[in-house]
Amino acid sequence: MIFLKLIVTNLRRHRIRSIISVAGIAFSVAAMLTVVTILQGAIGMFSGILSSDSEIIVFERNVSDLFFSNVPAAAVAEMVGWPMVAHADPVLFGIVSSADHPIVTCFGLTAADARIRKATWIAGDRQQFALHPDDVVLGERAAEFLSAAYGSHVQIGHAVFHVVGILKTANGFEDGGVFMPLASAQSFFHKEGTSSVITVKLRNKDQAAAFKSAVKAKYANLIALEDEEFNRSYSQFKILKATAWAVGGCGLAMGGLGVANTMIMSVFTRIREIAILRVNGFSNVQIAAMIFGESAVVSLLGALLGLLTGTSLLFGLKLVPALHGYIDVSIQPGILLVVILLALLTGVAGALYPAIYAMRIRAVEALRFE
Amino acid sequence: MNPAKTKPNGSPRIVLRAESVWKSYDDGAIEVLKGVSFEAAEGQTVALCGPSGCGKSTLLHLFGGLDEPDRGRVAVNGVEINRHRNLLRLLRHEIGFVFQLHNLIPDLTLAENCLIPTVAAGLDRRTAQARLQQLAERTGLSHRLNHRIQKLSGGERQRTALCRALMNKPKILLADEPTGSLDEQTSAIVFALLLDIARDEGVTLVMATHDRGLAARCDRLLEMHDGRIHEPAKN
Repeated sequence: MIFLKLIVTNLRRHRIRSIISVAGIAFSVAAMLTVVTILQGAIGMFSGILSSDSEIIVFERNVSDLFFSNVPAAAVAEMVGWPMVAHADPVLFGIVSSADHPIVTCFGLTAADARIRKATWIAGDRQQFALHPDDVVLGERAAEFLSAAYGSHVQIGHAVFHVVGILKTANGFEDGGVFMPLASAQSFFHKEGTSSVITVKLRNKDQAAAFKSAVKAKYANLIALEDEEFNRSYSQFKILKATAWAVGGCGLAMGGLGVANTMIMSVFTRIREIAILRVNGFSNVQIAAMIFGESAVVSLLGALLGLLTGTSLLFGLKLVPALHGYIDVSIQPGILLVVILLALLTGVAGALYPAIYAMRIRAVEALRFE
Repeated sequence: MNPAKTKPNGSPRIVLRAESVWKSYDDGAIEVLKGVSFEAAEGQTVALCGPSGCGKSTLLHLFGGLDEPDRGRVAVNGVEINRHRNLLRLLRHEIGFVFQLHNLIPDLTLAENCLIPTVAAGLDRRTAQARLQQLAERTGLSHRLNHRIQKLSGGERQRTALCRALMNKPKILLADEPTGSLDEQTSAIVFALLLDIARDEGVTLVMATHDRGLAARCDRLLEMHDGRIHEPAKN
């Protein structure tokens, strides 16, 4: 109890300094949580597009981005006939700009695609999809930012399309996307006879290995991955995840420097007090535990405050209409744990030098000269 | 005089011994102690008198293991003090310190300050509280236990420091000018208390002081000059 009091007393003694340190860690944690959660959410949404009613994705081997992948239509036609395949749907991804909107994501789909079959239609219905080459269906948010209503015409890139339906979807990318008939998209993006990927649903999930082997044997330039494998191995996801953690880590490192500064000042301003503890039998371990205890309290308070701030920020961002669907506020417990552990680790690292300094204080010198 | 406790053979039991202790600072430029030898028997009260800078505090620091001699040895209960081997045990269980400046932690209460050595030594809470109550009553501080140090008078602070030094029932109490920062009247009260408690608890007291009047009330009075001890004939 006295030990705890010694820790808390010193933090209370320099309230402003302690508050600034806690705030430093809190901001770092909030930044890390926000960045990581937003990017994880974005990754989740993107992989959600790919895994819509399917468990395997087929794309061109060794492409850096799925937008550059070209899968021949013949491959789709053949795979549909394989006995293990329930259905195989080609999807063409394209990005185009429209007035005031530099990036509009387009999906080239067949009418049989799950996005069309299982969509919630706000306006129009699935029977109207792909009846004419200049027909498009818009996601709800796309309809909003393109100011397009059901039955109207909308300029997308260099062409004008007829809006034959508006979809509602929980996925931000799809909600802000334009759905075109596959043939129209191939023509629009000059990718005749190809798609970006094929999403495959198997009759039996246990046949995944056999399906992958068959693709490998038949198409040397294509690769088939199960959704989980894809999420783990897709280089863009890896880059995004690494960036998120790196940005968050830098923030936390800054917070750690704040803790280090506080702890150094804390030790320097009470050299005599530490000497008194030494004279009264405190060991090096007890002195170090006191310093680390202080930094742990700062880090823990900072982490909790940061989690609160970060979560509030995420919920706030989710409410912004322009970001609707792009921010997934489902904070994974794993991320929470990692963020708290990183914050504590940062605190401990920040207290390392001050603790070593405190352990080296010689009572006789501190008492004689201070 | 308090009769020193004796071994079965009748000779007093030596609890603190220094043999030809030398200590200098600034790479030998300032020689503070020049071959000091010293013995204190169990339960004895010893006063070290001498002018400022004669080495009294340095000698006390060596006795308590806070500093190391350049040459010579200091032993407590026959065991040489070694910073790496036994210093922690000595500071926790064998030796208590009282300084001229009370050296209490201002943000803690009187009770919390006194309990610090028990935390260091890992003493159980109930035993520590019982000891605190006993010492607080003995020093007249029972009513001030939950008061912060800033609220205490100089005499109360020094009595608190005395309580803290005695919490773990040390065998040796080293007091460096314990009344040096107090007025004459308070000084006399604190000193009387110090002597009484030391004698009641059977603690060996070694005290550095400028006050010869107070020093004369100890069992032994040693003069220090120029880094050496001279024991005048006892009156």
